[in-house]
Amino acid sequence: MALHISSAPPISAFHHLLCFFFHDTYPEMEYASSLQRQLASMKKNLFDQGYLDEQFYQLEELQDESSPNFVEEVVTLFFRDSSRLVANIDQALQKYPQDFRRLDNFMHQLKGSASSIGAAKMKNECTSFREFCNKENREGCLRSFQKVKKEHAVLKQKLENYFQLLRQDGPVDKATRSGN
Amino acid sequence: MAVDAEAQFHVLAVDDSLLDRKLIERLLKTSSFQVTTVDSGSKALEVLGLKEDQTSTPALSPEHNEIEVNLVITDYCMPGMTGYDLLKKIKESSSLKDIPVVIMSSENVPSRINRCLEEGAEEFFLKPVQLSDMRRLRPHILKGKHKEQQLHQEENSNTNHIIISSSNNNNMSNKRKAMDEEVLSERTRLRFSSSSLNVI
Repeated sequence: MALHISSAPPISAFHHLLCFFFHDTYPEMEYASSLQRQLASMKKNLFDQGYLDEQFYQLEELQDESSPNFVEEVVTLFFRDSSRLVANIDQALQKYPQDFRRLDNFMHQLKGSASSIGAAKMKNECTSFREFCNKENREGCLRSFQKVKKEHAVLKQKLENYFQLLRQDGPVDKATRSGN
Repeated sequence: MAVDAEAQFHVLAVDDSLLDRKLIERLLKTSSFQVTTVDSGSKALEVLGLKEDQTSTPALSPEHNEIEVNLVITDYCMPGMTGYDLLKKIKESSSLKDIPVVIMSSENVPSRINRCLEEGAEEFFLKPVQLSDMRRLRPHILKGKHKEQQLHQEENSNTNHIIISSSNNNNMSNKRKAMDEEVLSERTRLRFSSSSLNVI
């Protein structure tokens, strides 16, 4: 097993064991620095806990040298869009009488955007909201919308953390990693 | 005029969502298409050289303010002119009706899908659109170009052919396929019977 000089902590026996363990279960983590392991584990959690679905992988597939920040750009666009829509829905819910068609229209857009980036939990909460909307159940809409807002906030935080870490994992580390 | 299999085709993508426009643009570029994106049906018609109330492009030279579009891919749900409205306008236009149109929608509504196919859409993609969906676009572009070629060839020769109209109708595609096969076997039979072999 080759030794890699990287910014990671000094190689220890435990580190070797860890690498050996990770090689079988998470091959990409074999020579990973602690930063990369953190990233991989963050991403794994996002998927395991259902925050993200395969559509997010699709986004990553579309990222390459000609569009190196594609995923982050798309996610940024999403949160710009979604924050605006959430504010619109908040406002619309205050109104009497309730314009359920307008609410549904906003939520349709929000759901679409969520689906486009693979935001699975958000998408599901949006679907619930629309069901209440169709039944013109205002109470249901209000409750459901609280969940939508919560999922939105949680996802925003998690993805901000993820991309912040990703940015720290700059080209230098990638070069050492790719020297297999 | 052979169609170069590696030719870069130009796709016009229509979607009111900026996020989805960015996505479809990336999907198309990654799949080696030239892309123009617009945010509405009316802008799409402008790019295609058609004003909203026209049914055919003005009698100007084709290079005038127009780019050749090989396929239109449009979202269904858009404010103002929906994807369906845009599809209709394209299919009703004498100059644009042969451009293949694909509809995208986040909602799987069979009646909506059928409506679009009956109006002449080549395909209906469920959003989010994926890279694998992009592979389905080229055959539609080539099919249209092949028909163009065939039409020209047939116009030049003197043989009697049944020209199947290019009004695309996916519901009828099986019927049309059956028709194609009939015509083909008819020609074959004629060919054989006209020779001295007497093989039918």
